Amino acid sequence: MIEMFKQWYEARHEYVKAWKRTNKNGKVMGYFCTYVPEEILYAGNVLPVRILGSHEPQDVTEPHIFAMYCPFCRDCLAQGLKGRYDYLDGIMIAQSCLHIRQAFTSWQLHIPVPYSYYLPMPNNLQTKHALPYLRGELAIFKESLENWLGKKITDADLDKGIEIMNQSRRLMRAVYETRKAERPPITGLEAMYIAVSNQMIDKREHGLALEETIKKLPARQGSRDPGARLMIVGSEDDDTEFVRMVESVGATVVIDDHCTGSRYFWNETGKDNDRMRAIAERYISRPACPSKDWPTRIRLPHLLKLAKDYKVQGVIIIQQKFCDPHELDIPATEKLFRENNIPTMFLEFDVTVPIGPFKTRVEAFLEMITQEALF
Amino acid sequence: MNKYPTEPLKCWNKAKEIRENYYLNYAKAKEKGGIRWAGGAWSFGAIPAGLGDDVHCLTGEPYGASIAWNKDFALQCQEAAEKKGYARDLCSYMRIYWGSIILDKYLWGGHFPKPDFFWQDHICCSHAKWYQVASELEGNIPMYCIDVAVGPEGEVNKNRVDYIVGQMSDGIEWMQKVTKRKYDNQKLIEAVYNECRATSLWAEVCLLNKTIPAPLDEKTMYSLYVLGTLMKHSKTVADFYQELLDEVKERVKRGIAAVPNEICRVMSDTQPPWAFLKVFRYLEKYGCVSIGSLYTFGLIGLWEIKQDGSWGAKTTPQQKGIKIKTREEALRILTEWNLAKPEWQHFYSPHLKSEMMIRIAREWKLDGVMLHYNRGCEGLSLGIAENRLALQKAGFPVMTFEGNMGDEREFDETRTMARIDTFMETLDLKKTR
Repeated sequence: MIEMFKQWYEARHEYVKAWKRTNKNGKVMGYFCTYVPEEILYAGNVLPVRILGSHEPQDVTEPHIFAMYCPFCRDCLAQGLKGRYDYLDGIMIAQSCLHIRQAFTSWQLHIPVPYSYYLPMPNNLQTKHALPYLRGELAIFKESLENWLGKKITDADLDKGIEIMNQSRRLMRAVYETRKAERPPITGLEAMYIAVSNQMIDKREHGLALEETIKKLPARQGSRDPGARLMIVGSEDDDTEFVRMVESVGATVVIDDHCTGSRYFWNETGKDNDRMRAIAERYISRPACPSKDWPTRIRLPHLLKLAKDYKVQGVIIIQQKFCDPHELDIPATEKLFRENNIPTMFLEFDVTVPIGPFKTRVEAFLEMITQEALF
Repeated sequence: MNKYPTEPLKCWNKAKEIRENYYLNYAKAKEKGGIRWAGGAWSFGAIPAGLGDDVHCLTGEPYGASIAWNKDFALQCQEAAEKKGYARDLCSYMRIYWGSIILDKYLWGGHFPKPDFFWQDHICCSHAKWYQVASELEGNIPMYCIDVAVGPEGEVNKNRVDYIVGQMSDGIEWMQKVTKRKYDNQKLIEAVYNECRATSLWAEVCLLNKTIPAPLDEKTMYSLYVLGTLMKHSKTVADFYQELLDEVKERVKRGIAAVPNEICRVMSDTQPPWAFLKVFRYLEKYGCVSIGSLYTFGLIGLWEIKQDGSWGAKTTPQQKGIKIKTREEALRILTEWNLAKPEWQHFYSPHLKSEMMIRIAREWKLDGVMLHYNRGCEGLSLGIAENRLALQKAGFPVMTFEGNMGDEREFDETRTMARIDTFMETLDLKKTR
């Protein structure tokens, strides 16, 4: 049941190449940040594919990105330099952190693609001016896309794009909802395969697999002792090896706050005759990336609500090495959980993680969390 | 061995005095019932100027740089921030600034002076978060931040300007509520004129360094451009830059050199490791002068391409005969002026910066480039590796050295000097002193 998502995650490039063969008029857009308005891409029959790293050590990005920037952005660029995304028709980014932006700009400079677009997504999401501004920028982007595609994107196309995205979000929320159960029917690792593949696979096809999965999940309930219920919070994270290890030592990841996870699909695009406005509103009000969470910290109450709703016993705070936006939030995040009696553990991630030492630390953390049960 | 005459700048002491007074006036502002605000060096300082003549500011980056020069205090500050849980690889100015709050020690003596409000702008990931944390450390001091990351100068459109002007207008209303003061549009208009004049004049000063021998060297320029990072909107700074320009013109006329044995010209990039400015004096042993950088020219200076295709100081609204009459006009001009800032362009692509650097290398007749891979600043080190490739492709020898503008723990002095020796040898230079 979950195998399909795992296969998609592992054979992402093969999937997209096959998609292109069967969608002769379709184009593929590689995107670098989840603030990219995929509704507009689907409206134009463009398949959005998130560019992620491969978790392999590499030495091809050193001439392009100074080593003080996060390993994730360098891993993403490495995929392009190695030709693994040679099927892309275009690339785009919505403005977020400086790190991933460098992967995009170096890609623009060194890896030829027919189309590239930089969407100046607002950083100040809490001002009333963000909505008209982003609405205007989305309209400019739509026009640019139309020029590239050589066709108009109509309101009916946009309604289709919005519905594709919303349907996918609803299904993802339904899957995540099942994780609230005392004995969640899926593990954190399985959820990660589902969520990350959701960013690479045609949402319509992914949705069919999700519907099937949701039907079968009740039969799985109770089949596994979850152990300690954990939440993972932080930067981009598709490190399946790490989650597999955590869940092998007496724990289950029941919820996450990652852009590769819940932040991506948590809210839907509303209905509005002005489609650009509706889409803008959705991206402004989605759970924020720390780089956009100011002046008020809106992330914190959201994190706490997730922790409570999913009855979390402990939180692993994960940060890509050198990730400034998350580093800037971590002391406040730790304080929040400390004040609410939820223990936290901080781990710094690189392209590859030292599973052995991390295992020792996770085991110690789990012992701490479950000590009452022990004594 | 000297090829050219040299002499100290006559206005040097005045520059030092303006800087000193700036920090002392900020500390003493409350004694006279004045207002204090704190924020970044790129903040729209002209806007709070509309609150009155007794408004004083503290800009975080130059304050951090001042402390960085004092290695012991800088380390204390950074360790204090790290102890609170802030990562060691975050912006070193920011960690120093927070540390100064945490330790409650002001570099100019006494307790750290609390601002009435924070007034920031945001183009780098750390900008808004810097004062979000500072506000928390200071007991929730009101904070306002304007997002200016709307794309490069060449792609400015009405939608983008409206977004910034809208935030500015709301900011004025907010400021009036926070300070309970009535806002004076005329003072805003004056401050906008001052800012345009000051930042254009600074570019004119830098322009004179095209001359051989260069009348100024970069180490000296650091003490001059800094005034623009403190209060670019003030008449004091604009008037000083006029005085400086007149003096540098006179130096050019008389053939006065910054480095009397000048035989080689280079530029640097990003903030220097402030505790190790002797790097620049070491270059002089080879007859090498660093004539500046995109950083010293364009952090504050405003430029434009002139009719002959060369880079020159940006024409101010007053030079164009524009009479600003309303708040809205003032904010719009201030926005458009700042969106042309050279050091804001690379946030959207390194090639925009590479083009400006290659232009400087050609027009200022350079023999090579020294890039500081600055671990202390993610904003200005952004794309620096691509800049290196572009400069090399354009035919300029490039040396890189790693360091940190504010954290001496990340600067290897011996290794850097050895790299300089090697670079100088590749440029066929020998020590002459």
